Amino acid sequence: MAKVIIPTPLRKFTDNQASFETNSENVYEAIKALSGAFPEIQKHVFDEQGQIRNFLRIYLGDEDINVLDKEKTSLKADDVLSIIPAIAGGKN
Amino acid sequence: MKEVRFTDQAIEEMHKHLVASYPHEGCGFFYGKIGDRKEVVEIREVENQNKTNPERIFEIAPIDYVKAERYAIENDLDLIGVYHSHPDHPAVPSPTDLKFAQPNFSYVIVSIVKGEVAATSSWTLNESNKFIQEPVFDNVEKQITNL
Repeated sequence: MAKVIIPTPLRKFTDNQASFETNSENVYEAIKALSGAFPEIQKHVFDEQGQIRNFLRIYLGDEDINVLDKEKTSLKADDVLSIIPAIAGGKN
Repeated sequence: MKEVRFTDQAIEEMHKHLVASYPHEGCGFFYGKIGDRKEVVEIREVENQNKTNPERIFEIAPIDYVKAERYAIENDLDLIGVYHSHPDHPAVPSPTDLKFAQPNFSYVIVSIVKGEVAATSSWTLNESNKFIQEPVFDNVEKQITNL
């Protein structure tokens, strides 16, 4: 099964679970399965149109899915997906 | 609200990194254990990816975030939050800090004035997505900042 690593800030919505395992065939289905298992995380990962929020990045291993097949990127057993929030700021 | 408590070594390393980054903003992650308090035992520097305005903005690359989560899991630590500096500016969150703030994370801000540490503060989002200040203590119970 593929594993989804949940970022620390969102773990309060997954009962503090750090990862989630899924048999989903692609990235979109995996994130959907995660939000099905933990409904409170849904609004943090999907926008109102049901798309993965654009300030989140998803990595398959060390690669951004945007350089692969985006949300349709296929998953194999032992794949590791990471959900990545934007980390930025400054005095500006 | 939980206290954020750094070991002497962790806070010294963080301050040293941010002084060396001056006049640019420095940034990194901090790790430890979250119980009744947030006990910080280790900091890890990360490169500020903002190259156009690094005196005023910091950005962390997605791959560095992936590595930070991985490091926490591999070392049985909690990724407690992110630190960054405000060069010649108070240790209070800006609108940009708020815009990118994540829930359930601590944001340590260090004011570096004329190349020296002036103040250290820690902030977290409340239920209304507003920053509230967390007390920051070192490991000898000395409050280092009380803005």
